[in-house]
Amino acid sequence: MKYLSEYRDADIARTLIARIRARATRCWTLMEVCGGQTHTIVRQGLDELLEGAVEMIHGPGCPVCVTPLEQIDKALAIAARPEVIFTSFGDMLRVPGSECDLQQVRARGGNVKVVYSPLDALALAQRHPDKQVVFFAVGFETTAPANAMAVHRARALGVTNFTVLVSHVTVPPAITAILEAPDNRVQGFLAAGHVCAVMGYTEYEPIAEKYKVPIVVTGFEPVDILEGISLAVHQLEEGRHAVENQYVRSVRRAGTEPARALVSQVFELADRQWRGIGEIPMSGLQLREEFAEFDAERRFGVAGMTVTEPAACRAGDVLTGRIKPPQCAAFGTACTPERPLGAPMVSTEGACSAYHNLARYRTAGAAS
Amino acid sequence: MSEAANPAALRCPAPLDPTDRVQLGHGSGGRLSAQLVARHFLPHFDNPALAQLGDASIVRVAAGEVAISTDSFVVQPIEFPGGNIGSLAVHGTLNDVAMMGARAVCLTAGFVLEEGLSLAVLDRVIAAMAGAARDAGVPIVAGDTKVVERGKADGLYINTTGLGLIDPGFRPAPSRARPGDAILVTGQIARHGMAIMAAREGLSFESAITSDSASLAPLVDLLRTAAPDVHVLRDPTRGGVASALNEIAASSDVGIEIDEPALPVPEDVRAACEMLGLDPLYVANEGVMVVFVPEAQADDALGALRTHPLGAAAVRLGRVVAAHPRIVALRTALGSTRVVDVLPGDQLPRIC
Repeated sequence: MKYLSEYRDADIARTLIARIRARATRCWTLMEVCGGQTHTIVRQGLDELLEGAVEMIHGPGCPVCVTPLEQIDKALAIAARPEVIFTSFGDMLRVPGSECDLQQVRARGGNVKVVYSPLDALALAQRHPDKQVVFFAVGFETTAPANAMAVHRARALGVTNFTVLVSHVTVPPAITAILEAPDNRVQGFLAAGHVCAVMGYTEYEPIAEKYKVPIVVTGFEPVDILEGISLAVHQLEEGRHAVENQYVRSVRRAGTEPARALVSQVFELADRQWRGIGEIPMSGLQLREEFAEFDAERRFGVAGMTVTEPAACRAGDVLTGRIKPPQCAAFGTACTPERPLGAPMVSTEGACSAYHNLARYRTAGAAS
Repeated sequence: MSEAANPAALRCPAPLDPTDRVQLGHGSGGRLSAQLVARHFLPHFDNPALAQLGDASIVRVAAGEVAISTDSFVVQPIEFPGGNIGSLAVHGTLNDVAMMGARAVCLTAGFVLEEGLSLAVLDRVIAAMAGAARDAGVPIVAGDTKVVERGKADGLYINTTGLGLIDPGFRPAPSRARPGDAILVTGQIARHGMAIMAAREGLSFESAITSDSASLAPLVDLLRTAAPDVHVLRDPTRGGVASALNEIAASSDVGIEIDEPALPVPEDVRAACEMLGLDPLYVANEGVMVVFVPEAQADDALGALRTHPLGAAAVRLGRVVAAHPRIVALRTALGSTRVVDVLPGDQLPRIC
């Protein structure tokens, strides 16, 4: 595909790998923040190809992974109501709540639908005026503009049977929280290209300066990621700590102004729980008071619901790089891809699930 | 004087002729049922065995082992680019019989119709089914129709059963993969699943992706002659190529290695998969098969497959290895390896 195949070129990728290996005088520890980048790294085996030069920690940038248990439980409670059509991106359906997941709610009679855009959910609400249509608005700054647009348009169209269950998180506070942790191992970050396409990267400049870490805004294809890693390794080898932009074809320093404006018109910053990590101050988005009528938590009276996370799951330690998945006592025993305790075991690219597969392969005697 | 004042002129309205929709009466066993069979099914499925209209059809088969396969089809939408539930129900079952190396002899068809189904749709489904069976030279010799109340089914469901004669000289089986086998795939993958997904309600992208639904029997016949030692044939339907290979690795207790750059994924399918966050390896096919054949016959098999339009895009996908039994490993273009796992359930579109 045009504009994509160039960034998947195996020869260019191999050249970049050789360049990183030649430049690294020691093994550097980098974190890719975004789940989309983790997907590429795991699928292409980039971490295997860089072994010894760079260790990649798969960070907390998968919205599926960090959506807190209590938001999942709220979703389950709302989705089980007979008057509700609950809409969600597909991969939220298997994320375990305290007792079940959205697929099981559907099997028990709940009306749960996969949509590809919040605007599809809004259209569904218009087609079913006798139902309450709820959209599970998860994600980072990337999905926030479309979700803000759906709420904005619902108001403009006077649609009253549409609400959103908001579980939005933002990247910079998470990076700060990781860097503030006393046992932090991360020496440089690949920032998420799509998040920065919306928000720009000025927010990252004070972080790079304060914590003296390189942050490279990076795209999602193998060549993008290897370029991002290469830029970060060069900075580390030279003792620099700047924000650099690998993803110049999509990201400008100031981001996309109309999208940012729409997001701040509909949402405001709020404290937010991250699954496995805990509360990070001002790390999430919530609906502004003037859009409260579109807040599913208020409409269905679940705002006060709180849930304790299972202690056995150490997803937070995995996502912040403190442990590798096999170091978790539940790994492969109480927690498997078939019966995940935590979200990193859910999707095939989740850090725990990826390790689980690799472990099977190595145990079978295929790789040394 | 008005007509109503004259009792002699009073008449009951004649019952309406069955309209353009399936009614519960069509499943009553009465006259409507007979009409449905006579007007809609028999003209398309006409063959001597079916024409007996007995409680069971009588078919003559040669002595030997038979392969029997049954499958139910519940696809939504009923009609999709490249076929409909009728052609799919024929191809699916013929292919299951063909994967055992058997030559199909006859098919049966059971229908569950939902009250309210358009008879025009039913006619198109039956016509496609009859066409697919005729093209394959396999008669539909027995059938059944039931009607359920509106809301109790999704338009219509079809079950087909196929019976085939085993060829003693050609016995592929899922447990027969051996280290050293070459793995071929006979065509471009992931088309059926993406055609269905693109056609499904609520997915608003334009697409010309058509299903690959087809009978694989002609390709199996080519292999019969060109590569009689074929070890395994499998049509990777639900769960796609990834699931089929995992099943074979488990049944044969061998390891499988495939090469990512060799995967024949059409550009439009790849683009649709990218957009939806789906992996074409797990997307359903209805007109391709994977072939496990000893390396010595692999080139002959490929050459033979490519002589047929359905096999024109046949390629080598990978190989069977003794290492990592029961695991399917994929070599990326970059030379790294990842495990191709079985999914716990349906593939879910990714958000990130």
